[in-house]
Amino acid sequence: MTAPPGEMMVESVTAPAVVPTEGRSLWRSGWIRLRRDKPAMISGTFLILLALIAIFAPVIVALLGHPPNEPHYDLLDPNTATPRGRFGGMSWHYLLGVEPVNGRDIFSRTVYGARVSLLVALLATATAVIIGTVLGMLAGYLGGLWDTIIARLMDLLLSVPSVLFAIAIVAVIPNKAFGLSGSSLRIGVLVFVIGIFAWPYIGRIVRGQVLSLREREFIEASRSLGAGTFTVMFRELLPNVAAPVLVYATLLIPTNILNEAALSYLGVGVRPPTASWGDSLAVASHGWYSIEPIFMLAPGLAIFATVLAFNLLGDGLRDAFDPRGGR
Amino acid sequence: MTVRLTKDLRSPATGEPSPATGKDAVPAQPTDAPATGAVPAASGEAGEVRGRAARGGDELVRVTDLTKLFPVRRGTLVRRSTGAVRAVDGVGFAIDRGTTLGLVGESGSGKSTTGRLISRLLEPTSGSVVFDGRDISHLSTRELRPMRRDIQMIFQDPYSSLNPRHTIGAIVAAPLRIQKQTPRGGIRARVRELLELVGLNPEHYNRYPNEFSGGQRQRIGIARALATRPKLIIADEPVSALDVSIRAQIINLLDGLRTEFGLTYLFIAHDLSMVRHISDRVAVMYLGQIIELADRTDLFSGALHPYTHALLSAVPIPDPTSHHRRERIRLRDEVPSPLNPPVACRFHPRCWKAQEICRTEAPPLRERAPGHQVACHFPEKRDVV
Ligand SMILES: Nc1ncnc2c1ncn2[C@@H]1O[C@H](COP(=O)(O)OP(=O)(O)OP(=O)(O)O)[C@@H](O)[C@H]1O
Ligand code: SF4
Ligand SMILES: [Mg+2]
Repeated sequence: MTAPPGEMMVESVTAPAVVPTEGRSLWRSGWIRLRRDKPAMISGTFLILLALIAIFAPVIVALLGHPPNEPHYDLLDPNTATPRGRFGGMSWHYLLGVEPVNGRDIFSRTVYGARVSLLVALLATATAVIIGTVLGMLAGYLGGLWDTIIARLMDLLLSVPSVLFAIAIVAVIPNKAFGLSGSSLRIGVLVFVIGIFAWPYIGRIVRGQVLSLREREFIEASRSLGAGTFTVMFRELLPNVAAPVLVYATLLIPTNILNEAALSYLGVGVRPPTASWGDSLAVASHGWYSIEPIFMLAPGLAIFATVLAFNLLGDGLRDAFDPRGGR
Repeated sequence: MTVRLTKDLRSPATGEPSPATGKDAVPAQPTDAPATGAVPAASGEAGEVRGRAARGGDELVRVTDLTKLFPVRRGTLVRRSTGAVRAVDGVGFAIDRGTTLGLVGESGSGKSTTGRLISRLLEPTSGSVVFDGRDISHLSTRELRPMRRDIQMIFQDPYSSLNPRHTIGAIVAAPLRIQKQTPRGGIRARVRELLELVGLNPEHYNRYPNEFSGGQRQRIGIARALATRPKLIIADEPVSALDVSIRAQIINLLDGLRTEFGLTYLFIAHDLSMVRHISDRVAVMYLGQIIELADRTDLFSGALHPYTHALLSAVPIPDPTSHHRRERIRLRDEVPSPLNPPVACRFHPRCWKAQEICRTEAPPLRERAPGHQVACHFPEKRDVV
């Protein structure tokens, strides 16, 4: 933790002949290492596809499914309220079958669920990264009272049961607030709640990095040139913490996906009928999983695959950008 | 392998002898001064002024009674001040325009702190720093900013003084950007010019520091220091971290640049041999205080303080065939802590000449010969060099 990875490469510079003609930045050499990491590359590809699916959900559903909130009572057995036919009513028209009770298209709901899951997780991670990076840099660089206050706040946030807090916060938010209403308000609240409890993970890493960076002479060099706190933080420190922040942000996304799913599962996520993986899982788990396994498997596998992919990509990024392992 | 990298590059240093074996062989002692005789004190202030006037100096920096205390705090919840490190304690000197003052002392003697006080990275606890006729001791960050282009620093560790995430071009251009200076021909042209000036390939503009050797990195640091055309450069042990084979090249580069641009240097080192070649005057620090200050030749040939004698005895003899036989003076004990320095003469616990008065009365820094100040009750020349 005392020196960024750049230092390790000094010894490898041997003679002018092997020095590349163009400067090799951290990002370039990291990318070269990442490209050799198969699991990370496969995960990255999967995640790009998933992002495209989420973005183009309306198009995909129009081509391959039915509107996600449209009931299809005709496909259900009126006595049991379960789908007619085998495998939960799977067919060419209903790729993953239909839900019990109201016969909504499971494929369409899973595709639309990706939107909510990814949107909430990514926005919450972005919130955590911005707050965590700025406060972590302030704590590490300014030290003193700033550090004491920010470090205590991070300890506090990491020690409270965040899900219970989130339930309490969601419960007191009215139907309309901050110029938002309905599901966009709910998404905003989810992002805020998840982000607020997640930023200390980033903040701690940034603070630790800055504590070792601030003793280095290039900080003093910059200050002796007349650079103020803002310039030192954003020009000198930020480029040095960007790689670890990227790594831990990638590893934070899956945690946030699970948090969103957990909150939706507990009924404080996005409101029905908006499709979300956590909500589908919640409904499916109310006794339906033994009768209609696909109802639960579709959102469950989607969450599992996405979380796994982000973790593998994050591990790959960590190996590529922080070869000594930052933990 | 580092040598190969540097050798091919244009360097003002190439071919010049190393400072330790070079041109300044120490002249013989003046015959009218007995080699070990005590030197009478010249009359204080007047002597100082006369000494300076005789050298025709024009002061760029004057430091008076400069003191920096670092409070030591204990306790995690309630932080209490439990004392202070007297890092710099009543230091005074002046540097004339176009000259180099070598500042020498063991680790912890307060050299870097003195440098940081002059460059105003630190604010003095008391005393003053007058730069170019202006008292800068307590200027605010905002007031300091325009002045910073005139005082630049070169750092000790070429690996930590360059941001590993910035290209060489960005590093050398940083002073211009921060100072909002746009040179004629543009920043890029100026950076290339600077890189060439310090003996680096200007085509390396887009490379990152990790592609360069220690000596080359130090050249990058020098280029950065020159970017704003400063008047004073504070070089804090600029060659200590470098390979011995490269030190002479860097010192010669600095020396050449001083002549070329009329620069003034405060050159910090922990070893007298490193300042020998480049300094006009040399100050020796011990535990936050200057104990001897003299012109280079006076100091190397006629040092008066026992501590300077000890430092000199560690300097390699310029001419190994000389019949001078020199005993290495080995100081006993370690340097005492600046948190609780010895009373009266701070050197007395380690001094072989210490008398009762050394333990009771602090020797003031007095002028014993024109331009030669010593803080010792029993100053004398010693036949060591
Ligand atoms: N920011 C600081 N806080 C507390 N003490 C300090 C600080 N900076 C320096 N000191 C102390 O002040 C004394 C002088 O330090 P300084 O760095 O000036 O010495 P130096 O002569 O440059 O030594 P070196 O050869 O090791 O660089 C040391 O005892 C050091 O521990
Ligand atoms: S004053 Fe005394 S103790 Fe101090 S250096 Fe001189 S002789 Fe030694
Ligand atoms: Mg130092």
